[in-house]
Amino acid sequence: MIKKDTWVQIRKIVLKPEQRAKTLPEATRSVPLLMWVKGTLLEDAEIGSNVNIKTVTGRIETGELICDNPSFLHTYGKYIPEIHEVDIMLKKALYGSDDLYE
Amino acid sequence: MKLTSCLKKLYMGVMIYMNNSYESVMARKNEIMRKSVGIDFDKFETGNIGFDYEALLKEGNLSLEIIKEIQHNNGVGGTPLKECKNITALARKIAKPGYGARIFIKDEALNDSGSFKARRASISCYQAKKLGFKGVIAATSGNYGAAVASQAAKYGLKCIIVQECYDSLGIGQPEIIEKARACEAYGAEVIQLSVGPELFYKFLLLLEETGYFNASLYTPYGIMGIETLGKELIEDCLRLTGKEPDMVVCTNAGGGNLTGTARGIKKTTDKLITVVGSSVNLKGLHMADDLDFNKKSFTTGHTGFGLPFIINPDRSDVPRSSARPLRYIDRYVTVNQGEVFFMTEALAILEGIERGPAGNTSLAAAFSLSQELREDQIIIVQETEYTSAGKHHQAQLSFARENGICIYFGDPQDEIAGKSIVLPKAVNMIKAIDLDLDSIRKKYLQNQFLKSNIICQTDIDFLVEETNTSRDFVMAELKKYNIKVED
Repeated sequence: MIKKDTWVQIRKIVLKPEQRAKTLPEATRSVPLLMWVKGTLLEDAEIGSNVNIKTVTGRIETGELICDNPSFLHTYGKYIPEIHEVDIMLKKALYGSDDLYE
Repeated sequence: MKLTSCLKKLYMGVMIYMNNSYESVMARKNEIMRKSVGIDFDKFETGNIGFDYEALLKEGNLSLEIIKEIQHNNGVGGTPLKECKNITALARKIAKPGYGARIFIKDEALNDSGSFKARRASISCYQAKKLGFKGVIAATSGNYGAAVASQAAKYGLKCIIVQECYDSLGIGQPEIIEKARACEAYGAEVIQLSVGPELFYKFLLLLEETGYFNASLYTPYGIMGIETLGKELIEDCLRLTGKEPDMVVCTNAGGGNLTGTARGIKKTTDKLITVVGSSVNLKGLHMADDLDFNKKSFTTGHTGFGLPFIINPDRSDVPRSSARPLRYIDRYVTVNQGEVFFMTEALAILEGIERGPAGNTSLAAAFSLSQELREDQIIIVQETEYTSAGKHHQAQLSFARENGICIYFGDPQDEIAGKSIVLPKAVNMIKAIDLDLDSIRKKYLQNQFLKSNIICQTDIDFLVEETNTSRDFVMAELKKYNIKVED
């Protein structure tokens, strides 16, 4: 149970596949247009239920409750060894060596 | 009950009974737009297909000096121009003797919100406040969202940013997720949508529901805010080198960056400076394809926006776009994703300046173009953007690899967008590739002729200005499509 007044994220179908533009590529036309919005939960609710939220601008949006306290967890990703190789190439090209202290 | 409360309830009642189907909302498009930007675009229309561009750009009656002051008071502009001495030295290692122009960058990442987009947002938010709007809305997956959110915070305006962020499985492009975070950090409400141009439908619904100002990138305010950038880079260059630049390279997507910069340059100097547009080559990827969405490593500054907007500028979210790059562009080049990531790393490792990759599209092009110019000439890259988790070449390359994109060293010209990212295996393999501008101009004209098969003399003058060509050039195309000319 997620308590009223908790900061949450909802998901909503804006357009069903049959409502989408016929000119769209097949992969897009065959799926719904989805929307994700965050706000304060206006009533106690379970994940997956249809709820109302109040957004930071004071608007009311309705949709499926998907999570509470939604977080940003994006990162710099996994290490890409090629970037180190680029560094070596650049230093060799400019200084003649990748070891500046030689 | 207070009168305002009664009116609000009446308004809400009307909203509930209004038909909000996709077709109905799109049919109300022009009316919604007119109310949301405070500009009557109809009054600028001329002839059968043209409009008075310069009159539109005078909307708001804001001089360059006033714009500079507005920006100065709001954390925008006055960014440093920095010489990339080591990158220039590297270009000279591979250029023919005596060639390799000095490369400078305008470090626009140092604007509040971290990009040149703050210049555009500053004037839109200033105007929204002046006209009495309570809030602003912008449809953007790019740096412009953070810029509008940041400027809205300064003016005490509410702010909604609508972005295309996820594919239908809910997997988000790291760069766009970072921009959502930045928008929220500045207090904005962020509406995230899956792939599809119907984002515009939700955008219109929000404008209607809230009555907020449409802080479009394509209003005159979105363009005049960048004119200060063009002016500054000339003045900065004169101060640092005693000379004006020979070439300015602008990353090109919707065309506003190039348009505003070129206009600012022309207002500041009579010298003929070559204005180059540069886009990341994403040939083959469909911008509205759910499957292609997460196969690209650049979410802006690419040909997927650059080409459709240059041949049809009025496809934007206002009736007449003020971003009209074909009027000003002298050359249009593309670079590949691997080249831009490579130069982003070069900026960090050789110049000690770590910036986001999308803004370095023009740096990659400038590195190649510099080798065409003499050592005593100057080339300016007119922007950088902030970097962060998600919005970094390391993050983008990692995401690409997770999505099955093959990353390898080779000839960047072998890169296939959506399948591979080819990092140059030697520094001299970075090449800006020229697009045929005359062919682009002809496609632009072809689009214009779809509007009417009869045009008048005013329209011809308009088309000559729009394409920056001659009467003969336009007349030849008119003849090709059997377009009648009225006296």
